[in-house]
Amino acid sequence: MIRVQAEDFDIGTEVAALTKGRTDIGALVTFSGLVRDANDGTVASMELEHYPGMTEKELARIEQEANERWPLQASLIIHRVGKLMPGDNIVLVVTASPHRQAAFEAASFLMDYLKTRAPFWKREDKNGEAHWVDARESDGDAAAKWDL
Amino acid sequence: MRLLYFAWVKQKAGISQEDVTLPGEVRDVSDVISWLKTRGEGYEAAFADLSVIRCAVDQEHGDFDTSVQGATEIAFFPPVTGG
Repeated sequence: MIRVQAEDFDIGTEVAALTKGRTDIGALVTFSGLVRDANDGTVASMELEHYPGMTEKELARIEQEANERWPLQASLIIHRVGKLMPGDNIVLVVTASPHRQAAFEAASFLMDYLKTRAPFWKREDKNGEAHWVDARESDGDAAAKWDL
Repeated sequence: MRLLYFAWVKQKAGISQEDVTLPGEVRDVSDVISWLKTRGEGYEAAFADLSVIRCAVDQEHGDFDTSVQGATEIAFFPPVTGG
């Protein structure tokens, strides 16, 4: 399941909804990403821009790929857009499988691919100036190891 | 054909989206970029360094040699930074 939204999410609520009425899930992994200040108190806010339409399609493609690679019983990707403050939630990935390895690996794969394929762009407001965050080479390396 | 621009590509080009009729000789994404660069300083600035330009044709990631013939939507943007 894919959701792109301005609103915040609650991890407990999302996990409860995903597992409700099910007794077959043995392992559930959640990853959440937060707006991080660069340890020096200079990031006042962040703006998440996205490409409506393609974002949802790309996230669905990434999720589909994860489901083909691992025996997942459920998966969820929530990504926020719009104005966010340091400490706010940005992204949530949840994966469920009978055993832990698939859930761990699929969650890691979803994040690595989301970071290099999903059309989102971060703009930080820092020291009163807005600037676009540069892509990190290490994110490309992380995605490359999955050999998609 | 609809052209879309995101993040700093949008800021430099000075436009977020536009509907254009491409010249007949435009066949792939690189042709579109070459044509755009003739349309003004904003486009020239946006496409000055192609190593940091990514594109999508009909909402799928493309390359500079991806065909645009029959396409309805082309988007230009920097490397993505979500997550």
